[in-house]
Amino acid sequence: MSDLNKLGLAEARDALRRGDTTSKELTEACLKAIEGAGALNAFVHHTPDIAMARAAEADERLKGSEEAPAMCGLPIGIKDLFCTKGVPSQAGSRILEGFTPEYESTVSQNLKDAGAVMLGKLNMDEFAMGSSNETSVYGNAINPWRRGNEDTPLTPGGSSGGSAAAVAADLCLAATGTDTGGSIRQPAAFTGTVGIKPTYGRCSRWGVVAFASSLDQAGPMTKSVRDAAIMLEAMAGFDAKDSTSADLAVPDFEAALTGDIRGKKIGIPREYRMDGMPDEIEKLWADGTAMLKDAGAQIVDISLPHTKYALPAYYVIGPAEASSNLARYDGVRYGHRAKLDAGDGITEMYEKTRAEGFGPEVQRRVMVGTYVLSAGFYDAYYNRARRVRTLIKQDFDRVFADGVDCILTPATPSAAFGLGEMTDADPIKMYLNDVFTITVNLAGLPGIAVPTGIDRQGLPIALQLIGRPWEEADLLSSAYVLEQAAGFVAKPDKWW
Amino acid sequence: MSIDENTAARVAKLARIKVEPEALPALAQEFNKILGFIEQLGEVDIDGVEPMTSVTPQRLLRRADVVTDGDQQAAVLSNAPDAREGFFAVPKVVE
Repeated sequence: MSDLNKLGLAEARDALRRGDTTSKELTEACLKAIEGAGALNAFVHHTPDIAMARAAEADERLKGSEEAPAMCGLPIGIKDLFCTKGVPSQAGSRILEGFTPEYESTVSQNLKDAGAVMLGKLNMDEFAMGSSNETSVYGNAINPWRRGNEDTPLTPGGSSGGSAAAVAADLCLAATGTDTGGSIRQPAAFTGTVGIKPTYGRCSRWGVVAFASSLDQAGPMTKSVRDAAIMLEAMAGFDAKDSTSADLAVPDFEAALTGDIRGKKIGIPREYRMDGMPDEIEKLWADGTAMLKDAGAQIVDISLPHTKYALPAYYVIGPAEASSNLARYDGVRYGHRAKLDAGDGITEMYEKTRAEGFGPEVQRRVMVGTYVLSAGFYDAYYNRARRVRTLIKQDFDRVFADGVDCILTPATPSAAFGLGEMTDADPIKMYLNDVFTITVNLAGLPGIAVPTGIDRQGLPIALQLIGRPWEEADLLSSAYVLEQAAGFVAKPDKWW
Repeated sequence: MSIDENTAARVAKLARIKVEPEALPALAQEFNKILGFIEQLGEVDIDGVEPMTSVTPQRLLRRADVVTDGDQQAAVLSNAPDAREGFFAVPKVVE
């Protein structure tokens, strides 16, 4: 078989079961693709030896008498945010330079147990704070997609930009991502790939470098909805080491892809029709709505009245939690420590270490978080934002109580933009990238980005489906129908 | 609510991030932009609304208050920038 790196998880799994290929061959194909894709800057720590060793183990397991687990032998990339034992895990930050964890995150362990082959670690925005992968200490990851014949480098989105670029460019069969405000779904939308953020609590956060603990969730980034179902099932599950992990059985997500959504109620939220939304996104949304209707779903207009306040609430809660979580980077236990001058005490050590180790966006958010949590402002900012968050969740609760199964929205307000194009804009403009995805984190719901079209410049654009809590199976089923109806199969032309 | 350079310096101090004095005006301006954006939350009627403490209805899980781990001194210290005699080492704290 040729071009093994271009396979998805399901196809590769089936090929392995049939004996048409081996994990060794799949892994070698991906390693070769990675070697030739330095220009994308997607993989930032390469682990070919680990990959080949795991591939050999997987091939043994596949030959064995017992049925091999779902991900057995399938080569994937791991976002740098996941701690992987003995392998650098820097969260894209200078402050974790040289850090090699002594432990493995639960999600990457689950994938390993399921037989997955780790190819290396993937680029990302520093501490997952960013929407363009431009805050990474490793430099920008580059989107394999280009505008027509232009060679302007485009962002793969963020924060899981390396994951998205790697999957879109067929450097791996799939990758892990994490999503605090849209960091799986926005990069998936920018690269024509599929990304699902599960319900808060579905995937363990243990061993995942924390950004905003009440919002962070891990999820798969894949080439199809079926692959997302397969990989999510392998990643998810109860973990006693994460006190917010849900003690619920993980359903067979792939079995839920029946292609039948007749009678399902799909909500179209009027507040997501933003002023100045490009007509192409508007049309994409209308087309997606029509596709679900044609498949037998019932379309209903719904209202989520507090949508407008999601971004400002997020930019209180996210930074507040980040300022607490990132307090641990003090130059004492791991990572970077600044060189000290004579007479410097421990306070100077903290201050210099953090000034050198954190990039500008991380510093900005840590300080905003510090401010909104400080005496005198805690009630006015932090508590107010948490009360608004309650209202945002109640908006969704009401709609689901009225019988809505899924909500259809655009995934992003635009297609991928050029690297550097937002540099001079104020931070708020960058934050607007997450306007459609952020409500989902605040309400703890599952959401999936599905590529359904190509814009005038030849770039992929995507829709988002939002599901009821814990009903990822149902959500994936609707996403599968949308994917089949849209028939998005475009791939970027190889230039790298 | 407008943030001046003194407030920016105080926040940087609280966050334990060294900011050079010449960078403070730009920092204060950035804070003002972000806080200006956040001000919208003031429009929302939050009377009688509880602050969210958990996004899912479940309570945090509890476990027995017993030691579950230990004897890992070498692993704990393996990433320290400065570890000596089984301890993390830092500049002198107490005069």
